[in-house]
Amino acid sequence: MWVKSSCTTKINYHETLNNIKIMTKIEAKIPQGPLAQKWQTYKANQKLVNPANKRRIDVIVVGTGLAGASAAASLGEMGFNVKIFTISDSPRRAHSIAAQGGINAAKNYPNDGDSVNRLFIDTIKGGDYRAREANVYRLAEVSNSIIDQCVAQGVPFAREYGGLLDNRSFGGAQVSRTFYAKGQTGQQLLLGAYQALMRQVHLGSVKLYTRNEMVDIVTVDGKARGIISRDLVTGEMQRHFGHAVVLATGGYGNTFFLSTNAMACNGSAAWKAYKKGALFANPCFAQIHPTCIPVHGEFQSKLTLMSESLRNDGRIWVPVKKEDAEAIRKGTLKPTQIAEENRDYFLERRYPAFGNLVPRDVASRAAKERCDAGFGVGTTGLAVYLDFKSAIERLGENVVKARYGNLFQMYEKIVDDNPYKTPMMIYPAIHYTMGGVWVDYELQTSIQGLFCAGEANFSDHGANRLGASALMQGLADGYFVLPYTIQNYLSNDIRTPRMTGNEKEFADAENAVKARMQKLFDIRGKRSVDSIHKELGIVMWDLVGMARNEKGLKEAAEKIRAIKKEFWTNVRIPGDNNGMNVELEKANRLADFIEIGELMAKDALQRQESCGGHFREEYQTEDGEALRHDDRFAYVACWEYQGDDKEPVMHKEELKYEEVKVSQRNYK
Amino acid sequence: MEKNINLTLKVWRQKSPREKGSFETHQVKNISTESSFLEMLDILNEQLINEGKEPVAFDHDCREGICGMCSLYINGRPHGPDDDITTCQLHMRKFKNGETITIEPWRSAAFPVIKDLMVNRNAFDQIIAAGGYVSVNTGGIPDGNAIPVSKDKADEAMDSASCIGCGACVAACKNGSAMLFVSAKISHLALLPQGKVEAARRARNMVAKMDELGFGNCTNTGACEAECPKGVSISNIARLNREFLAAKFQE
Repeated sequence: MWVKSSCTTKINYHETLNNIKIMTKIEAKIPQGPLAQKWQTYKANQKLVNPANKRRIDVIVVGTGLAGASAAASLGEMGFNVKIFTISDSPRRAHSIAAQGGINAAKNYPNDGDSVNRLFIDTIKGGDYRAREANVYRLAEVSNSIIDQCVAQGVPFAREYGGLLDNRSFGGAQVSRTFYAKGQTGQQLLLGAYQALMRQVHLGSVKLYTRNEMVDIVTVDGKARGIISRDLVTGEMQRHFGHAVVLATGGYGNTFFLSTNAMACNGSAAWKAYKKGALFANPCFAQIHPTCIPVHGEFQSKLTLMSESLRNDGRIWVPVKKEDAEAIRKGTLKPTQIAEENRDYFLERRYPAFGNLVPRDVASRAAKERCDAGFGVGTTGLAVYLDFKSAIERLGENVVKARYGNLFQMYEKIVDDNPYKTPMMIYPAIHYTMGGVWVDYELQTSIQGLFCAGEANFSDHGANRLGASALMQGLADGYFVLPYTIQNYLSNDIRTPRMTGNEKEFADAENAVKARMQKLFDIRGKRSVDSIHKELGIVMWDLVGMARNEKGLKEAAEKIRAIKKEFWTNVRIPGDNNGMNVELEKANRLADFIEIGELMAKDALQRQESCGGHFREEYQTEDGEALRHDDRFAYVACWEYQGDDKEPVMHKEELKYEEVKVSQRNYK
Repeated sequence: MEKNINLTLKVWRQKSPREKGSFETHQVKNISTESSFLEMLDILNEQLINEGKEPVAFDHDCREGICGMCSLYINGRPHGPDDDITTCQLHMRKFKNGETITIEPWRSAAFPVIKDLMVNRNAFDQIIAAGGYVSVNTGGIPDGNAIPVSKDKADEAMDSASCIGCGACVAACKNGSAMLFVSAKISHLALLPQGKVEAARRARNMVAKMDELGFGNCTNTGACEAECPKGVSISNIARLNREFLAAKFQE
């Protein structure tokens, strides 16, 4: 075995260094047997719930993105009673809808040597050897079924003239395994899941709650038995019982205020789970996407992603000469005036094997390196070019338009510049969080009966997610994994009667939520929620962003503590609690973002290595690549809440690689 | 080039569905022409909060033109004075210094106001629930390449499927008809062999639900197509009529 588990000697080391208590009590419940047979073995031996009993069992699903909608639809089809909740006005608004590029699967339709094993290895390697082997193998294994399922639902994937499905390539892979629907793959997959969900709503197996936010999880005798939710239109608190609760509530990227996430994306549901005792895994693993439209002013509310698929044909560069970069920043020189030999295609230069298609973390850091060295463009100097000149020369403008037309249009509407003529400007931005609620092989959290799927859990992407793998994981969890594994749990619950919501545990949870809301109102300070959120975002981006170091992380912890104090003494929430109050919703989420930011900084500090999206400046190779320390950090950091005024405890899940040979990533 | 402008905003304020609403006038100053329309509203709201007033409620989410959450009637046009975009993609460079901008919610019987500029578009979900899907369960599905689909048909289906469900078509229509929305879904699925199987049943059920929910009839004014941020074509309505007639003949 490659990775040593040397936990006992390391514990003391961390205790003295970061004052973090470390314990080990992680049971991931990975099935025995060879890797390729684990999932089949699991399914062959797991317990099921018979049809008559399914009707007597209620499952709550929170979130209607790819993972939530597909899980709820599948559970409804099986015969369970499902209640599903979304904060949006419709399930179709979930942020999965904004995914552009595509979805990976190991179909090997292009006959370029792909296989389940290759997709598995690429995903583990892309995640910089910080993901759990068994989960990732299962993901690769069910990936093909997702494509079949979506085609049957009428997802209009791109096709070749012969009528068969088309593929394109994405970062971190040397095969073409990405299925796509124009630049709107997430939209089409979500609509497929949404339509399957609405079919179950029509049939009565799923009850849909829109503009309704889960504000706490109710546990009874240590098991998740329901939620408290708030009707966002009336302000009314509701109690909902479920034999099990599934969180599919997405990531916490909006901790940074500016991200590619939608405005309402938040980490609160995951955070409630953490506060009820669920472990929170690898919080510092956040993905920075290299191709986003650069920040342009302090009024900015969000960052727009330009799909990774653009890197198939677009070439990334900055000027070779510093004076050219300076002239561009001053507006005296145009990028089109720079001769070919004066352009530094830095990804092609540094990574000849993968070129512009290196994984996201590698591409982001390379862009930052050039900008920090003074070669950045745009008025701020925090931008690099993504150029389609050679693609247009090679393929013609029409082909480029057919492939990326909607993305080019989107860019032009935002920036007011024509990317067919002038190269796009891009810069990295927070995009996705690999960390999340810790789950075992069954996607169950450390609270019995509480499951977590999609981006909200931590399971499959390690320290970095490959492009077109988020859609794959969301749908794998929702269609093909959770509907099985949850039955293994529910089979023990067939005699558990439904609760009414009048139980003490429900009343206590509701009262606690009401007290928190009242506390927020009572602050009556001077500052808007957004103004404090922006302050948090700046600290996160500067100190817990693309490059981190010990000094900065300690400084971040202090600054976040100050922001927390400012929030709880000086936020102003206008209006009242009776009826819709958007500021109250935002404040309630920001209170959690601040604490998530705190934990991210803490986690980043303890991980004294660079891996994937987590780059510690102290740990890099001579040529600036991430330097992992497998002997000390080949584990999942699982944080356990101890109380508001206490330090959390860190548990380690050791990562054991039995099939994959762990090596330094090399895209050169 | 970037510059700053001052604007007068006439904004629809309405406390709740049952209360009467009215226009409120506000001034905003030094708005960068590089900011988006919704960022301008964020600035207005920041200003209102700092004055101790209630901010304006409006729907928005992805802010990149795909979720369909944002709406707004801006100077008499759904999604404002630019073509092929949603309100969140509208930028302030489309406005002049000193201009007065009138901002209203979608106005349609089927989309009641929730608060200020927010409306309830739940009727769209109900129409989809009535039949806007292919009736297949998870699992037990043939290989994705088992049934070839011509590229032309797949591309055409994709164009119909690009509807974001924002409701601009209903808001733009003088009859408050949902025909463009309904026909886009019916076309998307009917164009593909997987959806063709139950095309007649789907058309019948979706149209019946649309009628039941209080949407108006289509009189071919074409306003829906002109205001659709995704350029969904009115030819979808012709296809719906064909599917619907075929369904009637089958009865």
